[in-house]
Amino acid sequence: MNYNLKENHKLLTEFQYQPSKADKGYTNKSLYVNLSDNKIKEKEVTEMIKEKFIGGRGFGLWYLWNAVTPNTKWNDPENEIIISPGPVAGITQYPGSGKSLVVTLSPNTGTVVDSNVGGYFGPLLKFSGFDALEVQGKAENDVVVFIDGNKGIVTIEEAPEEAVDSHILAEQLTEIYSESEEDKKNISVVSAGTAAEHTTFGMLNFSFYDVRRKAVRLKQAGRGGIGTVLRDKKIKAVVVRFKGVKGDSNNPADFEKIAKTGVKLHKEICRLDDSQNRMRHNGTTFLAGIMNDYNLLPTENFRFGSHPDGKLLTAKEWIKYFDYNGKADGCWYGCTLGCAKVVCDFELTSGPYQGQKVVVDGPEYETIAAVGSNLGIFDKEYILEVNFYCDTYGIDTISFGTTTAFLMECYQNGIINKETTGGLELTFGNKEVALKLLHQMAKGEGFGKIAGLGIRKQKELFVKEYAADAEFLNDIGMECKGLEYAEYVSKESLVQQGGFGLANKGPQHDEAWLIFMDQVNNQLPTFEDKAEALHYFPMFRTWLGLVGMCKLVWNDIVPESNKDNEEPAKITEHVQNYVDLYNAVTGNNIDINGMLDQSEGVYQFQRVFNLRMGYGTREYDQVPYRSMGPVTLAEYQSLQEQYDAQLKELLGVEPEGKSSEEKMKLLRQYREGQYHKITDAVYERRGWTRNGIPTLETLKKFGMDFPELVEQVEKHQ
Amino acid sequence: MKKLIKNEELCTACGTCEQVCSETYFKEENREKASLRVEKEVDVVKLTTCSQCGECIELCPVEALYKDKNGVVRINKQECVGCFSCVGFCPEGAMFYHVEHIEPLKCIACGMCVKECPEGALSIEK
Repeated sequence: MNYNLKENHKLLTEFQYQPSKADKGYTNKSLYVNLSDNKIKEKEVTEMIKEKFIGGRGFGLWYLWNAVTPNTKWNDPENEIIISPGPVAGITQYPGSGKSLVVTLSPNTGTVVDSNVGGYFGPLLKFSGFDALEVQGKAENDVVVFIDGNKGIVTIEEAPEEAVDSHILAEQLTEIYSESEEDKKNISVVSAGTAAEHTTFGMLNFSFYDVRRKAVRLKQAGRGGIGTVLRDKKIKAVVVRFKGVKGDSNNPADFEKIAKTGVKLHKEICRLDDSQNRMRHNGTTFLAGIMNDYNLLPTENFRFGSHPDGKLLTAKEWIKYFDYNGKADGCWYGCTLGCAKVVCDFELTSGPYQGQKVVVDGPEYETIAAVGSNLGIFDKEYILEVNFYCDTYGIDTISFGTTTAFLMECYQNGIINKETTGGLELTFGNKEVALKLLHQMAKGEGFGKIAGLGIRKQKELFVKEYAADAEFLNDIGMECKGLEYAEYVSKESLVQQGGFGLANKGPQHDEAWLIFMDQVNNQLPTFEDKAEALHYFPMFRTWLGLVGMCKLVWNDIVPESNKDNEEPAKITEHVQNYVDLYNAVTGNNIDINGMLDQSEGVYQFQRVFNLRMGYGTREYDQVPYRSMGPVTLAEYQSLQEQYDAQLKELLGVEPEGKSSEEKMKLLRQYREGQYHKITDAVYERRGWTRNGIPTLETLKKFGMDFPELVEQVEKHQ
Repeated sequence: MKKLIKNEELCTACGTCEQVCSETYFKEENREKASLRVEKEVDVVKLTTCSQCGECIELCPVEALYKDKNGVVRINKQECVGCFSCVGFCPEGAMFYHVEHIEPLKCIACGMCVKECPEGALSIEK
């Protein structure tokens, strides 16, 4: 059947090239594809680009800056999707070394967004001869872009017959473009799904073929609506094929160092994982129980941080579903931390694939919290079903969950009702309705169209159409910069409030996942510790996205030596591993400070990019009060003792005799003040003005004083 | 199942087995390239050999490890991507690597070392 699908492809253009072999982690070429005029070309990756932007997210930002103007919108043809793996990506010896970074102008935020993802695409793209792929323009009809890295051919093909939903499409294309069953592992497909066409938070699936389970697996570049951009360009999929991955395909400068560092970590994981997070068994589900215990698990639109039924979502409940028997569960070769868990033969109970048995990738912690507890739902099979459908429909589980949670609170407050939702009773805990809403998003029908707009646009709409109280919606709508919040209750963690609010792309935890070290490990006790953490960790974590590495391997396994470290939160031994790997691949010779400098340059560039697109100032770093403290009486009362004690200790206010409303007001003033204070401190540490704009000196310091950037910041000085 | 059996009580740590192994497979006397290890600390001898337990097989992301008809765990070098997961997770510590080679080194119970061991500390079980 799949061969017939291929017969119906219409070749629009074919480009032949001589694949460049990687040399010290770089091929020194990028691939540019324009779908409007079907032009394909190779570009040189210059020394300047490598020196200043390193790779991955840095390359994406550079190419996008050059592709768009301040007036470009996400759905303009000149917007690009850029995929880049980074120089270290593709090594096989160190766990977590296969990441791709994707950059585009976001339909959620209107400005630049980056999202990181596993799967084989990035490394196979590099070994096919390219450090980055830029896709610009829009096709007339649905197309597949195919890169054959062995033959040196890139094609744009109209592909009318294939499915749009990823679980079918990725399988069809894996079969079409592979030459045999054994060749399937050499294929990776990037695709979205039908809901990406009707929502603003479409995501990208990056596939890899699981040889053991004989199944196409999907990993997600979830945040920022990149799948929506993909479908707007009428791309069904981008496919790469490369056969011949070996342990030295990156042609590193110092293979010995990489091998030693990799084996050291494999041994560390073998020795310690069972007594630490048990990532090999649990994946990231281990977090659900901890978050519930520490009052950090988003429950009913972040109103609460815990629920008695939270125990139903802990790791031991999930491992019953996982197909795991010591098998390799990495999303790239050599990842022995193996968090890419999978549920096989899961029977669907709803939607277009009802009754079918499918493979579900995950669930990961964020999905459990987003589509489960945050909607007041603690049903594992429902969570698996939503996880599957979000993936195949091509939408982000985080934005789906946080948006639906907001809608449920709006419904419970009478802001929207059964009439406005077309009959959907959007009450917390209503799993049938959550699923219905998801299926409506895929069809672009009913209230699903409104739900797919995301929180920022819904707030405007509800104020305009239903005379809703704008202030209340701004307090409870968990978005910042237009991006929906990731799944941590940050009310009691000032540093995580900043981690979300001061992140360049919006409230996503990958830039500053500080909640655990703050609230669970208590490693950031003072204000100064918190302000410094909001400088160091975003820079360090950004760097992993420049070189193409996973953040989980940094801190989801901790070496024995760490307990004696003066700064245990940094896990310095692992940071040094990264420096060693980068030096060993590229032949450069940086230290930890050099690493942070590389990152900071790119970080400043991204901040100025936001400024250029009309954002990037202090007002866009403001966060909803729900992320800082109790908005409603019920929230205050749920932790009354704690809040009353804080009033006494921190504000010197005697709570006795004061009404809850008065106490809430005082607490709010204090917490908003604290947020401003930490914003000031972090801006200063980052070399920004009080309005959040990098100073000229800062740009110069990090070699980012390009005339175009200087022009942007000068406008605001 | 064919496998190499060790008797540490008889072993004097002369290193002949390592030399024979590397000579057989790499045409050089280099214990770092042997698929077994002998170490002596004070008077205690430790021999590290593959028990062919097969724990490594499920760890391999490309199914390059398999048991042959004799029960010996083999590496399909064509398929191996050199991740060294098997090196890190071997319960015996008997999967080795050498930086001049991008695939790991492991004992296939060929018995060459058995023939040369002067103390009879090694044997092949079939």
